Amino acid sequence: MGTGDRVTSVLDASLADTAARIAAKEVTSVEVTKACLARIAEIDGKVKAFLRVDAEGALREAAAADASSPRGPLHGVPVALKDNINTAGLETTAGSRILKGFVPLHDATVTARLRAAGAVVLGKTNLDEFAMGSSTENSGYQLTHNPYSLECTPGGSSGGSAAAVASGQVFGALGSDTGGSIRQPASLCNVVGLKPTWGRVSRSGVIAYASSLDQVGPLARTVRDAALLLQAISGKDPHDATSASRAVPSFTEALDGGVKGLRIGLPREYFVEGMEPEVAAAIREAAETLRAAGAVVEDVSLPHTRYAMAAYYLIATGEASSNLARYDGVRFGHRAADAKNLREVYDRSRAEGFGAEVKRRIMLGTFALSAGYHDAYYVKAQRVRTLIARDFEAVFQKVDVVLSAASPACAWKLGEKLEDPLAMYLMDVLTLPTNLAGLPGISVPTAKSSAGLPIGAQLLGRPFDEVTVLRAARALERERSLSDWRPNV
Amino acid sequence: MKLDLAQVRHVAKLARLSLTPEEESKLVTQLSVVLDAVDTLAALDTQDVPPTTFAVTEGGGAVRVDEARDELSVESVLKNAPEKSGDSFTIPQVLDGNG
Repeated sequence: MGTGDRVTSVLDASLADTAARIAAKEVTSVEVTKACLARIAEIDGKVKAFLRVDAEGALREAAAADASSPRGPLHGVPVALKDNINTAGLETTAGSRILKGFVPLHDATVTARLRAAGAVVLGKTNLDEFAMGSSTENSGYQLTHNPYSLECTPGGSSGGSAAAVASGQVFGALGSDTGGSIRQPASLCNVVGLKPTWGRVSRSGVIAYASSLDQVGPLARTVRDAALLLQAISGKDPHDATSASRAVPSFTEALDGGVKGLRIGLPREYFVEGMEPEVAAAIREAAETLRAAGAVVEDVSLPHTRYAMAAYYLIATGEASSNLARYDGVRFGHRAADAKNLREVYDRSRAEGFGAEVKRRIMLGTFALSAGYHDAYYVKAQRVRTLIARDFEAVFQKVDVVLSAASPACAWKLGEKLEDPLAMYLMDVLTLPTNLAGLPGISVPTAKSSAGLPIGAQLLGRPFDEVTVLRAARALERERSLSDWRPNV
Repeated sequence: MKLDLAQVRHVAKLARLSLTPEEESKLVTQLSVVLDAVDTLAALDTQDVPPTTFAVTEGGGAVRVDEARDELSVESVLKNAPEKSGDSFTIPQVLDGNG
């Protein structure tokens, strides 16, 4: 066996198996970490998933892991973090020029929890600036390419995390999901991506976009790997008053329980106009697969779905305009040179530091909250949010899980929708209602298009019922066997 | 609804963003397109529907006890400052003249 084969076999293993092999001392964390670094050196010049690779820090952590008794279920396993998640001492930019050079004083709670579970932080992945986008093209630094077709987008905004995991550069990663930013890139890159219930995971130390919608969650190659990562980061955090205090169940215990008798709803409104026929067909096939495995599948209705996008963009941008007010060039981040007065420091630092999409969303949000428009736009959107949440409540009286596509389209060509914000916003139409309702959702690979592009199925559940969502996803994963389909980068 | 140039300039002022003329005119078009799309909400009768801030209330609205903690030193707080002097952030002069 040559070194190359050894590297490949190390990287082909799942996160769960890798953790088990490190714990059993069949392989060392240093060996695994070096394999990841070699893979990054080999292909990330083409994929460009990472904004920053902390080789020195990762190897130091790996050596420490090898020298210690197992610290937790992720002992010695390299992971990556979306670059809006703080890492103490390691530059964190949220993909924005305004935060170039920003070095956090603390780890985010999720970072600290991954480390406490034994994980090795390998580096920071690319994203749309401040997580605002659906293609990762709004990054202030670089374009990330879809490993399954380098001329295509990996999706976004957690496109770097999805592409890094899909191309075998790392075993798992964290992303954030405000309107679909974990599930949509997972769908486009043939990986599993889970957005937990709002409140399940702490956001302390995660750079805020829209606080009533943001959630952090895992991207991984298998459902079990995603469950392990979720386990490590879940639970009440004294540093985040919005984290929920309810007990965290085991996410792996019932994973292979199957779907016999599980009631699955197929919302007719989620077969949207303009959806790629192959995607719609793949979802109907996924429904048949689950039915054959014992689930009871029925059509359901979420009647206010077509209003979700409008409500989402008013609420998300309103919150963003407020959250991003902190970038004023005074305490951290970019400051414009030679500003004559304080007002100029604000106006010019922000103008120079923010990219076009972030400016567009700050403008829309500021407008929606401004005197004279607040009730007609922002409060109206919050009322519609109530209707969308009620739709889900009614449907979850009848079914246990809702099944749909995560994205209405397969990966599209880089640049294709960049000048048309509305067309880009439509790419989130199947994921963003979940954020408005605060529910858990997962995207799991379900098909390969005729052009060789991945298609993901989205499964949604009741609040705090990630266990059922994961179990249904695992059942689909087992039947579809797509986790061994790797890109040829 | 459509936004005109004056409205875009007003919102930019509220948002503390200095925009170029090109950015202004692009935003007039793009924000108008987006606002036209969100105007679909007007068709919904929501008079008797309460607004939702947090859909899952378990995490929302909680407050912790307001107590002082020793978490950050002055030195660390100033670490990422673009300009500082001694124990302070520095900014350009705010008041004119001899005040």
